[in-house]
Amino acid sequence: MTFESIDDLKSNPEALKACKALLYQLADDDFLIAYRGSEWLGLAPHIEEDVAFSSINQDTMGHAVMYYQLLEDLGEGKADDLSHLRTPQEFRNAIILECKNGEGSYLEKPDYDWAFAVVRNLFYDHAKTIRLQSLKDSSYSPLSHIARKVIGEEYYHLMHWEMWFKQLMNSTPEARVKMEQAIEKVWDDFGGVLTLGPEGEKMSEFGLISEEDVLTNRWMEKIEPLFKEVDYQIDRNPELKQGNGRKGEHTEDLSQALDILSEVYRTDPAAAW
Amino acid sequence: MVIEKTQVKKRIMETLQSVKDPEIPSISVVELGMIHDVHIEENEAKVMAKPTFLGCPALDIIQRSIENAVMKVEGVDQVTVTYIYDPPWTTDLISAEGKEKLKEYGIAPPPANHVPGEPWKIDCPYCGSTYTTMENIFGPTACRSIVYCRSCKNPFEAMKPVANL
Repeated sequence: MTFESIDDLKSNPEALKACKALLYQLADDDFLIAYRGSEWLGLAPHIEEDVAFSSINQDTMGHAVMYYQLLEDLGEGKADDLSHLRTPQEFRNAIILECKNGEGSYLEKPDYDWAFAVVRNLFYDHAKTIRLQSLKDSSYSPLSHIARKVIGEEYYHLMHWEMWFKQLMNSTPEARVKMEQAIEKVWDDFGGVLTLGPEGEKMSEFGLISEEDVLTNRWMEKIEPLFKEVDYQIDRNPELKQGNGRKGEHTEDLSQALDILSEVYRTDPAAAW
Repeated sequence: MVIEKTQVKKRIMETLQSVKDPEIPSISVVELGMIHDVHIEENEAKVMAKPTFLGCPALDIIQRSIENAVMKVEGVDQVTVTYIYDPPWTTDLISAEGKEKLKEYGIAPPPANHVPGEPWKIDCPYCGSTYTTMENIFGPTACRSIVYCRSCKNPFEAMKPVANL
């Protein structure tokens, strides 16, 4: 089964519903991790990293825009409204991606955790790449076209975080401790990224994306050799300790992020941005 | 009528040579390989363009510049510019002339037929030396990296190869 056009998809209400659910996950995941990344601007470990991370976040925000645009095309409302005016409960991103970068705030005493940034981004970019590989063959053609485009950019992001990860894992004892703490923290909630949520089965049934189990196994197949290479192991599966974002469960960190993100937009939603 | 259509299309392509990337003003959108196709229906021109990088802030500006330029072409009353993603833009779409123009602006062009994962050879656009080192794969814009030439001691930028993965 393929859905070549918007109208094709709309003629199948069940597939349409599953596709929208998937697009919200893809859009919200990229949107939130790009936002948390952008908060590192001026605070990254060195100026070259500031340039690199900003570029990555700019790309990722661009990817989110594409998914919001696909939702707009399906009649969900304006892309800007979808990203800025929904309530936190309406977001479908994984909780680990909304988590603050560390103690303090961007403007006051930001005591951000670089190990956490490296681990979160690396794990996420592996998951994202695996999803994109699957989405290239999505039954919804407009989505498969976007995936083909995104994956060419994503390639550089993944390479970047792998370099950081390996270097810090093999660095000083202090770096190693911080990295291991970050892995534990991300692992506690990374199940939230790997799940496709309540609509997951329908998504794969309609050929929109591969089965959740298949995608999760592919992710583990990427992470295990990486851990082995840096002599690390973990004997549990990624969990969802703080809840399942795909069901609209979120933390205060999401509300805080959305308050800041949409502050300007909310002052005058009628303005031409 | 068919001949006229062809002529209008030709004029449009010529005009698009004047539309430059606002972040790399030496190269046109045609030379960058961003123009996929142009359709003429009655007096309406439909331009299908390919975005380079999705998060590139220049995309809206480029879209407007294309519209404004094509509107001035004789025989065109209406213009729509649509970004398409299939097949995706890759750096292999940059013309040979375009690559020369990148160099003029101090940007090393991307290699042809780059295989992802393999290192890419970057010659200094100023002195031609291959004795260069990658400083940062991410540069001032999404499409560029920062490189340093150990021969002429100039820092310069290189366009990242983007392949169809």
